[in-house]
Amino acid sequence: MAINDTGKGRQMVPFPPVLISIAKIVLTILVTMLGLIFITFIIGRIMPVDPVLSIVGERAAKDVYDAAYIKLGLDKPLLVQFWYYLRDVLTGDFGKSLLTARPVSEDIIRVFPATLELATIGTIFGVVLGVPLGVVAAVRRGTWIDQVARVVALVGYSMPIFWLGLMGLLIFYGILGWVGGPGRLDFFYDGIVPTRTGMILIDSAIAGDMNIFWNAVSHIILPASLLGYYSLAYISRMTRSFMLEQLSAEYVTTARVKGMSERQVIWGHAFKNIRVQLITVIALSYAGLLEGSVLTEIIFSWPGIGSYITTALLSADMNAVIGGTVVVGLVFVLFNVLSDLLYQVFDPRAK
Amino acid sequence: MSDPSKPNLLEVEDLWVRFPTRSGVFDAVRGISFSLGKERLGIVGESGSGKSMTGRAILRLIRKPGRVEAKRIALEGQDLMSLSEKEMRAVRGYQISMIMQDPKFSLNPVLKVGKQIMEAYQVHTKGSAAEARQKTLDMLEAVAIRDPERVFNAYPHEMSGGMGQRVMIAMMMIPDPKILIADEPTSALDVSVQSQVLDIMDKLVRDRGMGLIFISHDLNLVASFCDRVLIMYGGRVVEVCDADKLHEAKHPYTRGLLNSLPQLDQPREKLEVLKRDPAWRDEPSVSGVL
Repeated sequence: MAINDTGKGRQMVPFPPVLISIAKIVLTILVTMLGLIFITFIIGRIMPVDPVLSIVGERAAKDVYDAAYIKLGLDKPLLVQFWYYLRDVLTGDFGKSLLTARPVSEDIIRVFPATLELATIGTIFGVVLGVPLGVVAAVRRGTWIDQVARVVALVGYSMPIFWLGLMGLLIFYGILGWVGGPGRLDFFYDGIVPTRTGMILIDSAIAGDMNIFWNAVSHIILPASLLGYYSLAYISRMTRSFMLEQLSAEYVTTARVKGMSERQVIWGHAFKNIRVQLITVIALSYAGLLEGSVLTEIIFSWPGIGSYITTALLSADMNAVIGGTVVVGLVFVLFNVLSDLLYQVFDPRAK
Repeated sequence: MSDPSKPNLLEVEDLWVRFPTRSGVFDAVRGISFSLGKERLGIVGESGSGKSMTGRAILRLIRKPGRVEAKRIALEGQDLMSLSEKEMRAVRGYQISMIMQDPKFSLNPVLKVGKQIMEAYQVHTKGSAAEARQKTLDMLEAVAIRDPERVFNAYPHEMSGGMGQRVMIAMMMIPDPKILIADEPTSALDVSVQSQVLDIMDKLVRDRGMGLIFISHDLNLVASFCDRVLIMYGGRVVEVCDADKLHEAKHPYTRGLLNSLPQLDQPREKLEVLKRDPAWRDEPSVSGVL
C-alpha cells in the first residue's frame, strides 16, 4: 500500500497479481521437485546395486536375467529412463517395492500418516512448551530461570534419543505401566477401525471408538513427547535469541514509556515481531520430524516413513528409497511455500 | 516564573546513573540537580555527555544492570524514587512522556499506527474502544495529519520520517501528560520537516501548559526553541543559562561549542576546534534548580 502509487498511468496488467503470485509459487514447486526427482533418480541409478539381481536372485539363468533387465528398461539411455520414471511419478506410480512387493505409492500412503501423526503431536508439544520457555528465558536473561531453560534445552539436544526412548519405555511402560508399549495400538485393537486418514487418532475418533482412541493416545504419547522434547530444545533456544534481539529494540522502550505492563510489552509488542522468524524455525523443525525419525520409529516399532526408507535402503530397494525421498522432499517444499505465505500474514512489510 | 508556594513540576536532586562494568562502575550521569517549571528546558551536550540517560532516568527506564540513584526525583512534590514499579507505570505516559529520536525504530513495525496510539491512551484510561479510536483520530488531526483515517490504518513503514515523528508526538500526548521529554526529536529528520515537527510539538506543549525537556546536541536549535538551557559535559551540568543569553555563556566548554559553529553574519576563515580540558570532568555540577 504505497502512499501515492495507485497504478494509474500504467499499462493494464493482463492478469490479476494474485494469479501471478500463485503461478510463481506453482512454478517454484514444479522446478524444485523436478530437480529433486532428477538428482535422486540419478543417484539411484549410479549406485553400485544391480536391481535385476535383487529381483531374479543371484543364481538366475542368463535369459531370465536379460528378460528382467529389459523389462526394467535398463537397456535404454539414462535420460530416456528418467523420462519414463518421471512420467510414472506424475501419475503417482513410483514402481514396485522389491521388499514388500507392493506399489511404493501404496506403501507410502500406509506409512506416511503414522509419521504425520507422530510428528504433528511432537511439534505441538515443542511449540506449546518451547516458545514460552524461550520467551521467559530471554526476559529473565541471566537469572536461574534462564539457566534452567538452557540446561533443559541442552539435555534435549545432546541426549541420544534411543537412550531416552529406551529409558522412557523402561520407566513409563515397563515399571509404571502409565503408557502403552511399542507400536501404534495394543495388538488386539489392530485393524478394527476402518482406515480413512491412516492416522489412528483421527480414524478412531471418526469411528467413535473411544477405547481405541485412548489406547492410541497411550501409545503415541511417549514417542511424541520424545520428539517434542527435541523440537522444544531447538525452538526454545531460537525463540530466546529472537526475543533478546527484539527486547533491545527502541520500540520496546516506547511501549514502556507509554506505561504498559511488562506482559503487554513482551507479548503485545516484542513477541509480535518474532512471529515470522518463529514460523521458519517451527516449519523446519516440523518438516524435519516428518522426514521420519528413524531411531524413534525403530525403538517404538512405529511403522513410519523413516523406518520404511531406512529398511528399503539397507536392502537396496531403490524404488522405495527414491519414492520416499521424493515424498519427503515434497513435504519440505510445501512447508517452505506455506511459511512464505504465512510471512505475509504476520509481517505487513512482506506484502 | 516559579511560584514559591507551589512545588515545581519536576525537581531532580543529585541524580546519578551508574553502570557496573568489569573494570568498575561507570557513571553516565554524575550527581546533577535541576528543576522544571512550566517551561521549555533544553539539555545540550555531546554524545556520551549523559543527556539521554538523564531523560530516561527520570522515567526510571535505565536498563539493567544500569541503575538510577538520586536524593529525589519529585513530580509535583511526589518522589518518584520511592514508587514501586507498578506505581511508576502509572506515571509513565500518563504524567511524564518521552519522544524518541527516530520513528523508524521507535514505532513497532508490525502494528498499525492507530493501534499504537490508541494503546497509549487505553493503558491509562478506562473507556470504550470507540472512544479511544475517536480520541486517536482527533490527536492525529492535532499533529497536522491530513487524512487521519488512512494513517490510522497504516503501518510505520508506509510513512515518511516527519509523519512518523508526528505520530510519535500524538502517541505521547494522547494521555495528556504534564511533562514531555523530547530526546533528539528532530535529529533523524530532514531539515525541511524539522521546523514543522518542532512547531507542532511547541504548540501542543504551550496549549496544554506542559513542561518540556528538550534534549539535543544542536546548540542553535535549543537556543532558539527553549527558555533555559543546561549544558552537560561528562555526566555533569557545567553551565546553566537562559536561552536568550546563551551567547554570553562563560564556561570554556560552552564557549568552545559556540565558537565551533559557523555564523552567517560573521564569516571566519577557520572555525575553532573544541579543546577539552580534563579538569571540566571534575568540577562540581552546576545546579539547574530554579
